Amino acid sequence: MYDFKFHSAFSVDDAAAKLAAAEDGTVMAGGQTLIPVLKQRLANPSDVVDLSGAGLSGITNNGDSVTIGAMTTHAEVAGSSDVSAALRSVAEGIGDAQVRNRGTLGGSVANNDPAADYPAALLGLGATITTNQRDIAADDFFTGLFETALNDGEIIKSVTFPNATKAAYAKFPNPASRYAMVGVFAAQAADGVRVAVTGATDCAHRGPKLEAALSANWSPDALDGVTIPADHINGDIHGSPEYRAHLVVVMAKRAVAAAG
Amino acid sequence: MATVSMTVNGQAVSGEVEGRTLLVQFLRENLNLTGTHVGCDTSQCGACVVHVNGDSMKSCTMLALQADGAEVTTIEGLAQGGEMHPMQQAFQDNHGLQCGFCTPGMVMSAIDLVAKNPNPDEATIREQLEGNICRCTGYHNIVKAVQQAAKATGG
Repeated sequence: MYDFKFHSAFSVDDAAAKLAAAEDGTVMAGGQTLIPVLKQRLANPSDVVDLSGAGLSGITNNGDSVTIGAMTTHAEVAGSSDVSAALRSVAEGIGDAQVRNRGTLGGSVANNDPAADYPAALLGLGATITTNQRDIAADDFFTGLFETALNDGEIIKSVTFPNATKAAYAKFPNPASRYAMVGVFAAQAADGVRVAVTGATDCAHRGPKLEAALSANWSPDALDGVTIPADHINGDIHGSPEYRAHLVVVMAKRAVAAAG
Repeated sequence: MATVSMTVNGQAVSGEVEGRTLLVQFLRENLNLTGTHVGCDTSQCGACVVHVNGDSMKSCTMLALQADGAEVTTIEGLAQGGEMHPMQQAFQDNHGLQCGFCTPGMVMSAIDLVAKNPNPDEATIREQLEGNICRCTGYHNIVKAVQQAAKATGG
């Protein structure tokens, strides 16, 4: 790891100011991805601004939605009675117990790993990302491989998840890493049926064909005969594009079955 | 260099570290607490697990400066008055270790597991220990040890 200057931020404004003053700074949330990236010298920031003291942790039940602070850990989400079972199961399936004790919602969302779980939940529930500058709809947020709509210096403060009538997440984890080979979040959301897929392409995305079939008939059987073309689907030593394309429909069926 | 201060095994400690100094480096190299091991250094194996403010964490994937002001417990902080912690005793009783390299991290993770699941079944133990790898593959007796300790500590 190259050395850097470490700063603790006491608020979001403090973090933004420290970031702006840095030559080439970055924020650190739980660090469960950033520290491994730094160790591999894939990043070389001049300054690291740690958000753990910035007051961004906590879960608020708003009645028709739940707002989760960006620095809330996966373990806290998994153990919260204010959070829906579907969202709890997403948090519970990330990494391992120690990673869940440090890894955060905001870090996962900002990093936008192509196989991360949270992006599927945000898309599947039609969540809103609140930053220190604006509100961004999940549909507009995840723009590509490790790319998001965040501007330089923009920091996620919280994510608001509208309640869904029915929702579930089904994930086929890579047996070694526990990242999603494919994960599908399916919901009868506030604005209709939403289906979001992670692990299959360069970043999480909605599945229009799956949504159309499930809007007509909310049942696993409704997806019989639906096929996902293997173009643009990820392939690696763990699974070919055709295998993952097939898994998308299988996981979507399992999600709908689990949602009831 | 920056100054970091924390409480480790009940003792107030401080030291000079770089921004990039990992918590595990601080524990091992500054404090000579070499019971916490570095196995993979990629947050896979769990040999470096310690407790930070009561939660188990991988000290190879946390900066020393992120633990400023924290209460840290390492494997060296478990035995009291020459008596092993019930989890350590259970590992000994059940032959829950072979080479022993993973044991400090296994024990620290297992204590957190039992604190949060006082009466864990075998599946829960295996699932909650998935962040700790035993390369001798001695999981069977590790699970037995955790079950014994859970009973001993009131689960």
